[in-house]
Amino acid sequence: MCPGSVVMSEKVKNVLKQFDRDKSNLIPLLQKVQKIEGYISPESVKEIGHHLNVSENYIYGVASFYAQFRFTRPGKHTIKVCLGTACHVRGGERVLENIEEDLKIKDNETTPDYKFSLERVACFGCCALAPVMVVDEKVYGSMTPAKAREILSQYRGKD
Amino acid sequence: MNFEQMKRNALTEWNELENSDAPRIYLGYATCGCSAGAIEVEDAIRAELKKKNIAAKIVKVGCIGICYLEPLVDIAKKGRPRICYGRLTPKDIPKLLEDYLINDNPRADLALGTLGNGNIEGINNLFELPMLKPQVRVILRNCGMIDPENINHYIANGGGYSGLARALGMKPEEIIAEIKKSGLRGRGGAGFSTGTKWQFCRDAPGTEKYIICNADEGDPGAFMNRSLLEGDPHSVLEGMVIGAYAIGATHGYLYVRAEYPLAIVRLNIALEQMRKHNLLGDNILGSGFSFDLTIKEGAGAFVCGEETAMIASIQGQRGMPNPRPPFPATSGLWGKPTNINNVETWASAAAILQKGWDVFAKHGTEKSKGTKTFSLVGKVARTGLIEVPLGMTLRKIVYGIGGGILNNKEFKGVQTGGPSGGCLPATALDIQIDYERLSEAGSIMGSGGMIVLDNDTCMVDLAKYFLSFTKNESCGKCVFCREGTSQMYEILKDISEGKGKHDNIELLSELGMAIKDGSLCALGGTAPNPVLTTIRHFKNEYDAHIKEGRCPAKICKALIAFYIDPAKCIGCQACAKKCSVNAISGDRKMIHVIDQAKCIKCGNCIDACPVKVGAVNKVGNKKEIPKVPEKPIPTGSWSK
Repeated sequence: MCPGSVVMSEKVKNVLKQFDRDKSNLIPLLQKVQKIEGYISPESVKEIGHHLNVSENYIYGVASFYAQFRFTRPGKHTIKVCLGTACHVRGGERVLENIEEDLKIKDNETTPDYKFSLERVACFGCCALAPVMVVDEKVYGSMTPAKAREILSQYRGKD
Repeated sequence: MNFEQMKRNALTEWNELENSDAPRIYLGYATCGCSAGAIEVEDAIRAELKKKNIAAKIVKVGCIGICYLEPLVDIAKKGRPRICYGRLTPKDIPKLLEDYLINDNPRADLALGTLGNGNIEGINNLFELPMLKPQVRVILRNCGMIDPENINHYIANGGGYSGLARALGMKPEEIIAEIKKSGLRGRGGAGFSTGTKWQFCRDAPGTEKYIICNADEGDPGAFMNRSLLEGDPHSVLEGMVIGAYAIGATHGYLYVRAEYPLAIVRLNIALEQMRKHNLLGDNILGSGFSFDLTIKEGAGAFVCGEETAMIASIQGQRGMPNPRPPFPATSGLWGKPTNINNVETWASAAAILQKGWDVFAKHGTEKSKGTKTFSLVGKVARTGLIEVPLGMTLRKIVYGIGGGILNNKEFKGVQTGGPSGGCLPATALDIQIDYERLSEAGSIMGSGGMIVLDNDTCMVDLAKYFLSFTKNESCGKCVFCREGTSQMYEILKDISEGKGKHDNIELLSELGMAIKDGSLCALGGTAPNPVLTTIRHFKNEYDAHIKEGRCPAKICKALIAFYIDPAKCIGCQACAKKCSVNAISGDRKMIHVIDQAKCIKCGNCIDACPVKVGAVNKVGNKKEIPKVPEKPIPTGSWSK
């Protein structure tokens, strides 16, 4: 085990302490771990399985069912492009294509320098401002391909 | 503290705010407002107040529903109504604050309207706006008016928690009877009588019972529940406690989408305040009734909006539906009787207990009583969240409230009910919106998503979009849903790529009916609807794709083509610079030409071409491209 994963496993152990050893806590626990780690690592799955007394298979079975959980390390910034119906009819697809082209990755991928991850999302519920994209926690409305590229360049500049 | 004391305290706090000498500034602070720039506007306001040394009270409120005008800021001075200003940017703030707060010029030119008692010359009441005037606000009455993070604002306005105080003095059966009399039907989409549903759960044997609030608003294009939870969370929670008492539930859950972080924050704050005020927990308001609530965050699975799948998810499992019966009313969460209602249903129940069943039932049609919220979005001029009495015509909603089609384009249809619903054509504009009439027209009420479509929307593409959604969201339990939706998607994809076969429509219809019959839950049972209704109402578009290889709306990439009009091109290279695949050739002052073999049809060239030039065109089939130069030639030298 590399030193990094020891540190990580300590953090996860602290999260585990906050939850009873009850199987029904699996989803909130995974959410909390992902919030801290950015993703669900194999080490975390082991720790969670131990804590809740369930197999790793069971955890992967549940976690992989839900779109929220990811099993690979995300980039520093996560870009989520909304493709809800309102965004779809107002050109969300084009926004996504332009971002894909700009970052040279497809949705569900991360740039090799781990700066950006790209995801498509079913709906953010900001339909009145469609099309919408979200960078980390910040929501951007009334997107155009040009605006999206402009916002990306701002985030590039920040780092 | 009894409820009367609580009310007095709340009114004192509210009146102190309303009558304060310092001006009050209300910020529309829902997710939509924030994304439209409310955060930056708030920063600008705070900076400017500091600079000008003005002591003002800043109150963050929810969304009033006129989302297309956001960010919204209301400014009120003592003894005068609030003045609502829209579409503000940080740059507008210094001047606006100086004009109104210092020089007492209310800037009628910028104002959208006033809110509250009193008049200000030159400014109409906000509710006179064409978007707001036809609305009836029962459920959304507090949204945009009060601070959703302050329980006293809720109690002081419109009878907050008086419905619960009243209910606790009634027998549970009397409450259920009142809900039944109101005619309230499930606002999640199915439209089942809420009173009857509560009755089933109350009558189920057992002392341990649960209630759940379905806030897993998964329909893409719908945000009514988000807005309500962000703008007035207590109205939903009050309804839940009333319901729990009527049903005899011991504990409740709010299953909220993880995509709604602000709603979750506000709900947590609201729950904490309720516990402090003895509106939740042991012996609520001294009634002897004890009940508590827990928030469960969803993890991104559309199928969890289905009752049995949601129960599985709360129990920590994969969110897969189970066969019914047994219905959750007899065997739900942890095998105990469970009642699940949608966010808006719970809020409606609170309104009914506060104001009486008749105040609710006086709106609506014979079988569909009350008001209903809709998210009016898509290609409509005024987008936002609306609340109307059931029975209003689609025309009045789209043209009266929504202001018609964006950019004066032609109306094509309205999509209601999300991926379970359907598309209604222009001939349906005069139907009155209620549960029965929408389903007769081939769509459903659903939870209230209303997406307006214009002639730039391809119905085959839209059907493909919904099937790609349901195919991804199918949990995989039933073969027809799992395999059938994928097959329907593949057929639609073929059609959109000009590879459609003459029997495809028949095949889609047959497959659609089989998926409806062969699926356990409503996801599969309704997944074919967007396809079946578009075939029913817009068959000519399918035919154009299949028989002519043409996309009439010019959307389907495999069929359409772009060309540059040689008579209009000024040779400015704007399009060529934006072309990511270098498909456009031509030096300055040369008519540009698109290499069709290279073009990926991204449409960036159309955006790049100056509006007054408008030389880039789109056609539904490449054969429709008129004669253009093969190679760039000097501008002005083109003649056919």
